[in-house]
Amino acid sequence: MTDVTATHAPAQAVRPARSWGKTALRWILYIVLGLFALWYLMPLFVMLTTSIKTLEEIRTGSLIALPRDATLEPWAKAWSGACTGIQCEGLRPFFWNSVILAVPSVLISTVIGALNGYVIAQWRFKGANIIFALMLFGCFIPFQVVLLPMARMLGLMGIAGTIPGLMFVHIIYGLGFTTLFFRNYYVTIPSELVKAAKVDGAGFLRIFVSIFLPLSLPIVVVSVIWQFTQIWNDFLFGVSFSSAGTQPVTVALNNIVNSTTGVKEYNVDMAAAIIAALPTLLVYVVAGKYFIRGLTAGSVKG
Amino acid sequence: MAPILDISKLQKSYGATHVLKDINVQIDEGDFLVLVGPSGCGKSTLLNCIAGLEPITGGSIHIGGRDMTHVSPKDRDIAMVFQSYALYPTMSVAKNITFGMKVRGVDQATQEAKLADVARQLQIEKLLNRRPGQLSGGQRQRVAMGRALVRDPKLFLFDEPLSNLDAKLRVEMRSEIKKLHHSMNASIVYVTHDQIEAMTLATKIVVLKDGVVQQIGSPSEIYNKPANLFVADFMGSPAMNLIPARAEPEGGATRIEIDREGAAPIILHDPHASGLPRDIILGLRPEDIAEAGFRAGEDVQEAQCLVDMVEPAGADTYVMSRLGGTGVTARLHAETIARPGEQMTLAFDLGKVSYFEPGTGTRLN
Repeated sequence: MTDVTATHAPAQAVRPARSWGKTALRWILYIVLGLFALWYLMPLFVMLTTSIKTLEEIRTGSLIALPRDATLEPWAKAWSGACTGIQCEGLRPFFWNSVILAVPSVLISTVIGALNGYVIAQWRFKGANIIFALMLFGCFIPFQVVLLPMARMLGLMGIAGTIPGLMFVHIIYGLGFTTLFFRNYYVTIPSELVKAAKVDGAGFLRIFVSIFLPLSLPIVVVSVIWQFTQIWNDFLFGVSFSSAGTQPVTVALNNIVNSTTGVKEYNVDMAAAIIAALPTLLVYVVAGKYFIRGLTAGSVKG
Repeated sequence: MAPILDISKLQKSYGATHVLKDINVQIDEGDFLVLVGPSGCGKSTLLNCIAGLEPITGGSIHIGGRDMTHVSPKDRDIAMVFQSYALYPTMSVAKNITFGMKVRGVDQATQEAKLADVARQLQIEKLLNRRPGQLSGGQRQRVAMGRALVRDPKLFLFDEPLSNLDAKLRVEMRSEIKKLHHSMNASIVYVTHDQIEAMTLATKIVVLKDGVVQQIGSPSEIYNKPANLFVADFMGSPAMNLIPARAEPEGGATRIEIDREGAAPIILHDPHASGLPRDIILGLRPEDIAEAGFRAGEDVQEAQCLVDMVEPAGADTYVMSRLGGTGVTARLHAETIARPGEQMTLAFDLGKVSYFEPGTGTRLN
């Protein structure tokens, strides 16, 4: 704004007064934004600093003080030595449980969601709207409602307490969201594209793979971030449908924090919490800009 | 020889809504059939039915002598150009054009030869590596045509291909399509709402309204002998003058009276017409009403008319007058003496006249 007026000669006379007010406003804006940023960063700061302090320092020092002599000991313990109940192997085995659980679940629910969205948006059939409405409804069912029926179902299928069982739950639960994402994205693609490809001789899958998938990067990223965050961060399903060796990292984190032998090791707890949160953070950093782009894809086109 | 396209008793309905009613159309090889009508008349639906993109409710479609009624689009030996061009956005121009061949498993060498051929024909050699998003409207149009041409099908289908172009480009592409039709002797079905496109391109026109065929004929038949009031009004710009009049038998001929406000009725004599009902609608194209002395012929009759308005349009001057309670447009030469508010003598060429029944709108002569 200010440099636009500066280039116009007639505006020069009034410029000092007006731009002073604008600059002040700008500064107020930055200060307010900065304060908010600090406010939100504070917990992370406390967690990071606490996780590299010794227990002694935590007991004697202040919560927001910088560490005097940093140590990675708590991190090592959180990763491979902390006790979850009677087992003392740290987060490591459960972290890998979560990876084994999340990666296939994210991929499978994204692929099925993409196919569902493609069919509902571009291959209209009788009842398509009803099916879509039902799937949407699935997004709004609270987790708690499905716990008992799902437990019974997993039992009948013989996969109760296993990682595949937990994968199954997450895939089914995620389908409503992924279908919604892809359907809304594909609905903006002109149906003449499908017609042209049909005349060209391409079939259902060929059109999907050759024409729709290459267009889908932004919405795939949205779906992957959403699903990964949901599945990685899930606690309720994890605690309900897993058994001793198959718990995801969130459940293990809870167990670490709750199994204390005498003194409470805040530094290990903090380190464990950061480790458990790192993968989702990483996904956002790597793919965040596509996330915003994908979410607003429909609205920009108009 | 069997017609290249034979549509017989075609019906199409969505639930209780009948979109197309009893369509019967045949075209021969090399014909350029234009489906024309106002928006919502079912012309695009009919094209989609021919392509097999919409299932039909009744009747049959034969292409190249084979029954294609229930055959899927890819096996109908057709190619289609869409209004939005429908180019595959993530593929280069070359890939767009060869996609169909790739899907059908045509070998690489043939693909490249055909691509080069079509690219040269449409002058898009330099665009082959670009994406559709990097092309202008006219270039996209060419690529879409290239995708159709490379198929070398029995029948080309065009769905309002020029309506997204600006006026100048539209005229250019129109003549290019016409040239292509001539040089390839292609059989084409072409949908448009633009009656000028229909007139300039077609060898045969189908005028549709509300899913019912109004008239099928050559452009000159449609223009000079419209089958009903709708066709008369729809085809031609400015539209045909449709003037309420009274007809009375006069020996073997007919005496026609046109009322007007503030003056005696105009009396015309048509020696060729007979057996007309008393109330008729007289149809005369603007160019068939001329300034007295500028039109010769045995059926030309003159009458004094009050000029309401004069609109110079460069090559012609349009003169408006009021006859029979409606506005009447005459197309005069550019240097006419017509002045608004003055009387002038107009010449009516009754050799070109159409008569319509006012109630049903059907043609009487």
